[in-house]
Amino acid sequence: MKAFAELYRKLDETTSTNAKIEALTGYLRAAPPGDAAWAVHFLIGRRPKRLLESRKLAEWAMAEADVPEWLFADCYHAVGDFAETIALLLPASPSASDAAGRPADPAADLPLQYWVESRLLPLAQSDDATRRARLIAAWREMDEAQRFVWNKLITGEFRVGVSQNLVVRAIAALSGLSAGTVSHRLMGDWQPSAAFWRQLEAPEVAEADISRPYPFFLAYPLEGDVEELGDPAGWQVEWKWDGIRAQLIRRQSSVFLWSRGEELMTGRFPELEAMAALLPDGTAIDGELLPWKDGAPLPFAQMQRRIGRKALGARILADVPVALMAFDLLELGGQDVRERPLEWRRAQLEALAPRSAALALSPVVEAASWEGLRAVRGESRARKVEGFMLKRRGSPYRVGRRRGDWWKWKIDPYSVDAVLIYAQPGSGRRASLFTDYTFGIWEQGKLVPFAKAYSGLSDEEIRAVDEFVRRNTIQTFGPVHAVKPELVFELAFEGIQLSSRHRSGIAVRFPRMARWRHDKRAEEADSMDTIRALLGRRES
Amino acid sequence: MALLELGPHGLYCAAGDFYIDPWRPVGRAVITHAHADRAQAGSRGYLTAASGVALLREWLGAEAAVEALPYGQPLTIGGARVSLHPAGHILGSAQVRIEQGGEVWVVSGDYRTAPDPASEPFEPLLCQAFVTEASFGLPIFRWPPEDEALDSVQAWWRANCEAGRSSVLFAQPLGMAQRLLTTLDGSIGPIHAHPEIERFNRHYRAQGISLAGLAPEADGRPALVLAPPSAQGDSWMRRWDQASTAMASGWMRIRGPRRRRALDRGFVLSSHADWPALLAVIDATRAETVWVMHRQPAPLVRWLVEHGRTAVAVEAQYGEDEA
Ligand SMILES: [Zn+2]
Repeated sequence: MKAFAELYRKLDETTSTNAKIEALTGYLRAAPPGDAAWAVHFLIGRRPKRLLESRKLAEWAMAEADVPEWLFADCYHAVGDFAETIALLLPASPSASDAAGRPADPAADLPLQYWVESRLLPLAQSDDATRRARLIAAWREMDEAQRFVWNKLITGEFRVGVSQNLVVRAIAALSGLSAGTVSHRLMGDWQPSAAFWRQLEAPEVAEADISRPYPFFLAYPLEGDVEELGDPAGWQVEWKWDGIRAQLIRRQSSVFLWSRGEELMTGRFPELEAMAALLPDGTAIDGELLPWKDGAPLPFAQMQRRIGRKALGARILADVPVALMAFDLLELGGQDVRERPLEWRRAQLEALAPRSAALALSPVVEAASWEGLRAVRGESRARKVEGFMLKRRGSPYRVGRRRGDWWKWKIDPYSVDAVLIYAQPGSGRRASLFTDYTFGIWEQGKLVPFAKAYSGLSDEEIRAVDEFVRRNTIQTFGPVHAVKPELVFELAFEGIQLSSRHRSGIAVRFPRMARWRHDKRAEEADSMDTIRALLGRRES
Repeated sequence: MALLELGPHGLYCAAGDFYIDPWRPVGRAVITHAHADRAQAGSRGYLTAASGVALLREWLGAEAAVEALPYGQPLTIGGARVSLHPAGHILGSAQVRIEQGGEVWVVSGDYRTAPDPASEPFEPLLCQAFVTEASFGLPIFRWPPEDEALDSVQAWWRANCEAGRSSVLFAQPLGMAQRLLTTLDGSIGPIHAHPEIERFNRHYRAQGISLAGLAPEADGRPALVLAPPSAQGDSWMRRWDQASTAMASGWMRIRGPRRRRALDRGFVLSSHADWPALLAVIDATRAETVWVMHRQPAPLVRWLVEHGRTAVAVEAQYGEDEA
């Protein structure tokens, strides 16, 4: 923090704009990125709110300096500044200087980021006795210039004669960016961090690149018999995990997590980001984000519970930890390796994967024959997976949904997201509950009844749906209740065909509720186009 | 029995019928040092330390009756035995020791205990009553090591040179300016001194004190310019109006005075004792009574009283000497 205190002094002392810019660029160029980010944060006026009343700070300083209150008052009168008076009065620190008052070991100079994050901000949660002890300990570790700046930060009085514009000009001069770009990047609610600083000063052209994901390679469902794929030795077989497809990128010490929908999910999975910090720069991993505990996936509904949270408390983080089930490596050492053969990418992925609870390597399933694999596939439900992924050995990582190299061999070959539109009570034991549902999918802006389903939900979910039906019935036709179209479920079925007997013109075989899509709104459910595509696939 | 009393013209010694640093013309005046606030012209006779006589005459003129007394040599004035002892403040600055009937009083004048190549080193004295200055009589005034401050001055000057601009350093023209000139490194660039400083320099050189060589004329190279604080904004300074400005003074310990003067830098260098030195010197005299002479003596007096001493506030009418 010595350099930051020195920067404060320079900015405080000079009246020359050029000298101020010079001081700022000099500091920011030499500072560790985390320090630079905090410095900018403070300099543009985003000071922390007052952590301590000045009165208390004075009381503790008087005791530490062995100065009575009247003398403190006289000193304050001469100085005219609270933080400064305290800094001037505190006894010379034993660790900040040797007997002759010279600065001690420069190693004793800790970064600004450390002082702010580990020493200053935690004061907010402490009681007075702890604060006092911590404050005095901090003072004893600092020289006078640092104490002054520290006191200013603590009392929320940190002000120095620079405008935001001046800081912007300094960063622009330092980075070669335009002032407009720098201003823009300083907007909004950002957290000071090394990553923020790197993004702030990153070249304009590289800005999109640093976080940019590769297009996902998407598998087609297996059509026809698996035997048509030839020798199983030509295929790498993995489980098909039921989570959120994701690409984890680490570049320039920053971490980016992308969903398949090209949604940046960074910030929602702290455990993943901590793990990703262990990855070398210039790495992109493809995988499936799973709620993962004790080496096994949790039901996907748990993940939805977590995604639904605005704030991630310690409880939910402990209850529903997530992990990335990694299965492919797209970038290594900053190089795009998608053209390399599958086995090579896999080997490199295994080599760089850090040991972390938040990272798992998608296991490769070994079997000598398709018949053997078919048997193992039968364990899918027990393993909470959706079947197999079949990947052709020697194949590159392709772009988008392509036939030929990747196939998903699901246990539920068909699924759509549909909206609950009608409900009626079940029979027998379930007669008192609404358990029989009709689902609709979109066709020209309307929900068309598409399938009926009775199974797949847990008792708890059935009670929740029953409750929903009772509260949201908009019309009744005998025992059938039409409900507000709000709830979305993923329906799985075994077969699909055209049918003139159904209003939708489609008949599905063995439909069931695969899961409740709490994460989807009715508008996001599938449409008849999806169904027609499924039909087309069947016919091709 | 009190050897001194505070009269309308200043500190008076009845036993010897003389004043010490009177603020009005008197019969006989013992002068602790040649700062203008002590050197009131018009008295019939003056006594000062031998090495300070020439400096004192800068204020009093050649005609004034100034008697030189070497340090440590006693002189009987009336019923009092008087001797002068180095105070370390400026060249020829003295503590006045007065003895009568076994009772010893010492008037410190301004003093500094840290060594200064441009003045005689402070001599600790024992006495029953000590009259101390208190220019920096608050615990906020604690000087950093002098060599550290001087290094900062040189670094500032060097950096300015590299940036192609001159450096104007304001300093008390008698004492601090010479203190700086004994140390400043002329190899960094040419040094100029304001005439108000050069006026005193020759007396230092005449007594064998080695000061940095001064460049006669500005030649366009980035220079270090020493000037008295009163010169800020005067016509002599105009040619340096693009220079970086700084001040060497104990007041630079506080941001306020530096900011009020719109200076680029402040260097904490003083010809006065800081708070710890004041307390240490007072302690070392083993005085039973301490008189604190200053325009605002109250804090030091109260501190001493709270620490079991007999202390009296003596409101002096001296000015600030900017040091
Ligand atoms: Zn003086």
